[in-house]
Amino acid sequence: MIAHGQTGLNVAFDLPTQMGLDSDDPKSAGEVGRVGMAVDSLRDFEIAFQDIPFDKIGSGLTINANASVMLAMYQTVAEKFGYTKETISATPQNDILKEMIGRGAWIFPVEHGVRLVGDTIEYAVKELPRCNPVSICGYHIRESGATPVQEIACAFEIAKAYIENVMDRGLKPEDFVGRFSFNLNVFGNFWEQIAKFRAARKLWAKILREEYGVQEKKKLFLRGLFGGGGSGLTKEQPENNIIRSAYYALAAALGGAQTTALCSFDEAYTIPTPRAALLSLRTLEILMEEVGLRDTVDPLAGSYFIETLTKQMEEKILEEMKRVQEMGGMINAVAKGYIQREVAKQAYEFEKRLQNKEVIKVGVNKYTEGDHPEVELHEYNEAWADEQIADLKELKRTRDGNAVSQMLKKLEQATRDGKNVMPALVECCKVYATVGEMTGVFQDIFGVWDEPSIF
Amino acid sequence: MVERKIRILVAKPDLDGHDRGAKVVALALRDAGMEVTYSGLHQSIDQIVSTAIQESSDIIGLSIMTGAHLPICQKLIKRMQAEKMEDVRIIVGGVVPKNDIPKLKEMGVQGVFPGGTSFDKIVQSIRSLF
Repeated sequence: MIAHGQTGLNVAFDLPTQMGLDSDDPKSAGEVGRVGMAVDSLRDFEIAFQDIPFDKIGSGLTINANASVMLAMYQTVAEKFGYTKETISATPQNDILKEMIGRGAWIFPVEHGVRLVGDTIEYAVKELPRCNPVSICGYHIRESGATPVQEIACAFEIAKAYIENVMDRGLKPEDFVGRFSFNLNVFGNFWEQIAKFRAARKLWAKILREEYGVQEKKKLFLRGLFGGGGSGLTKEQPENNIIRSAYYALAAALGGAQTTALCSFDEAYTIPTPRAALLSLRTLEILMEEVGLRDTVDPLAGSYFIETLTKQMEEKILEEMKRVQEMGGMINAVAKGYIQREVAKQAYEFEKRLQNKEVIKVGVNKYTEGDHPEVELHEYNEAWADEQIADLKELKRTRDGNAVSQMLKKLEQATRDGKNVMPALVECCKVYATVGEMTGVFQDIFGVWDEPSIF
Repeated sequence: MVERKIRILVAKPDLDGHDRGAKVVALALRDAGMEVTYSGLHQSIDQIVSTAIQESSDIIGLSIMTGAHLPICQKLIKRMQAEKMEDVRIIVGGVVPKNDIPKLKEMGVQGVFPGGTSFDKIVQSIRSLF
């Protein structure tokens, strides 16, 4: 894909890695390498990133609960290949609060999860000048059923929770908010989506200026990836998704996205096939290089319709944010399950409206064609897991076991003392401590989140 | 026939956290008059089986999005056999390719509902099992 013009990588990890489990953990059985790359130690990064120009390519790391571990590993592998930490550009997703609302790859209780996010932000601000330590994801909250208004309101309240955590460490918002990026969704009514992005851009600047005293204009931008739209795509008549995605990219661009990425048309079935992934890239290239979508910024500004919708959207987002504040802020609202309950309710209501045909989805509840074709599937091969486990065993046999225990001890001390865990994590990665060992240190101290019941 | 509420455990096995479908179906089954328990995330097969025993569930509904439905169901069925839970039915929802549906049924799964199946169909199919 890099040869085809792609300038960023987005690394997906398998579920055991996202949950901090090594490939040989009994809980990983059947999932090793299934939905993404299996990472047990630096050895796996050395193989995966061997030909990547770290100073030219930015990498998104789709991991949250133990994003700190993965960011440390990314720095370590880059340094090992001769790049300095000042030149590398990584964006770990690192948004644990949205995992608790929507995507479910959480490990530790809420306050400890947020502390680790704070550690990575603080570390990146001081040590990794080109890294964006957190990507706040309204995206998954919307995917879980939230309305566009809730999507933005939750994202901003989550961002505020992280800002306040880092402020408690003595840093000024002016010094770090410019590193925040947002991942926002794009499916739904075309005009509503454009208004949503426009309202969000305006509100974010206002919040930063008025609540956090941020002055520098560049730091007030709502930077982010607006795109995807996975929930808008359908399993029925999957080719329709190619058309849908083109409109999603258009809405994102008209709403002021700097970065966009599209889902592939076969994602309801499987990890994208290479053909489908390439089509998504071509869609963007047509919009950018053929039809002139980038000729100007905010081309719909001044339209009575769009400006009215934008204003209405702004008001609704502010109202929703106020509701979250009344729940005691985002950390409390998530710990108690308030947000999760609302989002599940919205998802149910939407599904009912879809089934009653109050919401139209072409090919799903209107203009249906009967049976839909099967899409080519990625096979899961158990042998890959066996190979990964054999490599891990070999690694554990050959690495310097004393150094590993020593570095894990240091990590434990830093974690207990409330120090920033990142330097100790880098030391652990260097001596090939495993993801399971490092996450295990946290788990022994923090425990595991007891998910509130929402029914 | 005496109407008794069907007791169903909606469960998310293993590591996957995509629970929108599980929660939505749980709410729909509750609205259809069933007694629904939701397991929460990251449940091992052992945990799911013990919750089903505790709740005297008539039926276990697994929501699986990762493509691991075949090994997961195999494991569940083995565990249920060991616990002598012959009366408890199993259904599966999530991302399930068409070709795998007969395989699941052969294993002993009594209903398979790929994403997009209507609530009516799920409710009727469950009722028809009793």
